[in-house]
Amino acid sequence: MSAMALFGQLLLGLINGSFYAMLSLGLAIVFGLLGIVNAAQGAFYMLGAFFAWMLGQYLGIGYWPSLALAPIGVALFGMLLERTIIRRVYNLDHLYGLLLTLGLFQIIQGLFVYWYGTSGQPYDYPDALAGGHNLGFMFMPNYRAWVVVASLILCFGTWYAIERTRLGSYLRAATENPTLVRAFGINVPLLVTLAFGGGVALAGIAGVLAAPIYQVNPLMGGNILITVFAVVVIGGFGSILGSIVTGLVLGVLEGFSKVFYPEASNMVIFAIMIVVLMLKPQGLFGRER
Amino acid sequence: MPDTVLEIAGLNGWYGESHVLHGVDLTVGQGEVVTLIGRNGVGKTTTLRAVMGILSKRSGTVKVMGAETIRLPPERVARLGVGYVPEERGIFASLTVTENLMLPPTLAPGGMSVDEIYRLFPNLKDRARSQGSKLSGGEQQMLAIARILRTGARFLLLDEPTEGLAPVIVEQIGQVLDTIKGKSLTVLLVEQNFRFAAKVADRHYVMESGKIVDMIGKAEIAGKMERLEEYLGV
Repeated sequence: MSAMALFGQLLLGLINGSFYAMLSLGLAIVFGLLGIVNAAQGAFYMLGAFFAWMLGQYLGIGYWPSLALAPIGVALFGMLLERTIIRRVYNLDHLYGLLLTLGLFQIIQGLFVYWYGTSGQPYDYPDALAGGHNLGFMFMPNYRAWVVVASLILCFGTWYAIERTRLGSYLRAATENPTLVRAFGINVPLLVTLAFGGGVALAGIAGVLAAPIYQVNPLMGGNILITVFAVVVIGGFGSILGSIVTGLVLGVLEGFSKVFYPEASNMVIFAIMIVVLMLKPQGLFGRER
Repeated sequence: MPDTVLEIAGLNGWYGESHVLHGVDLTVGQGEVVTLIGRNGVGKTTTLRAVMGILSKRSGTVKVMGAETIRLPPERVARLGVGYVPEERGIFASLTVTENLMLPPTLAPGGMSVDEIYRLFPNLKDRARSQGSKLSGGEQQMLAIARILRTGARFLLLDEPTEGLAPVIVEQIGQVLDTIKGKSLTVLLVEQNFRFAAKVADRHYVMESGKIVDMIGKAEIAGKMERLEEYLGV
């Protein structure tokens, strides 16, 4: 096999891994603070892509403004859902949150299938990132390099904000004991809404980044979500660093398996999930609860 | 600043369906250290939680610095300048000692500086980078008090600060309370250790079955010792 093919698949794996990392990071934040297994995360990813496409289609707004506007729209929509619907199941078993968000996911996806069909809408690369560079051992399309760099910056920026800043210490403390954090004078319900908005905005950004690569399709969220859940289980539910590292590594592993044993590429992540669940049920980076 | 920092009248409180507070009445004046004493399960901790707004199912009147708080959420009560040290101390395991110390936002000017706090609690300075989960019980208690002294809170609710601690640590906490009094902060203290309470407090409210049944001033303690022992069941 050629080195070109190997590195090509490696890059594809890294890009998929970037999307896994962003989506599972959003899940980790939301699960940590709200105790909600957000099955609608895939819908927010799809919405990010669709909002960007709609901004371009109906308002003529280009890629770069959409990269900020679409995730903000996703976050606002997410916060509206959190305040009006999701908030009601916080005190119930995790299963209710999962079922509720799964239902929301089906409704949102169903509406977009109804409106736009399942054939997908093309979304163009920004001109500034057209073309690519020949690195000698492989051809590197500029847009794909940008996706990897942007998602790495976002993921580690989010990690830094949570683990090293004052606002992050509020989040971590509220994850442990929200009542006491309120008794110190911090508006935890507002913090929860903002964290939910931040978590789904990550999915929204991932959606915009993905739009030029995969097209804009109502089913794109459902396709990626199953894999993302496997990533989250392997990394350890609620672990911030775990979801980033696991997402990237598993994307790359999936890419490699496409080169060496393509038949297994669709199931390699799930095979790893089974092994991890048998050996370390709390996940590689998870704490026992 | 009003003379009365806390005024509770006819306070009722519930945990779900169970009625725990049955009309609590008490007042705490500016600069006073007042204790709530009584046997286990009479509603002392619940009274503090009701004042803080953590116990949300409550009725009656709770005025903090003159403001009615019966309908306020905990974060609004805290913003009036109230610092709360819960019975379980509430040190965050995933935060370092420094992060725990810096967590509560400043509520008013005039709080202690970090340097002052480290002078008062030298052990905490040595443990600054440790995780909250690595502290001993005494260090946790010190940190729980230290972090609210930083905020500038003028009214402190302390829930059994000496519980389960070695005598030498209890003595240290007594000195901390003296420092707090020296700054003319107001304290409502829940305490089972009556010998400790008698040393630091100006007045004692005795609770039984969710009500205040007696109030004993510092000067009357000697004469009322027998009655007190009956209340506390010692």
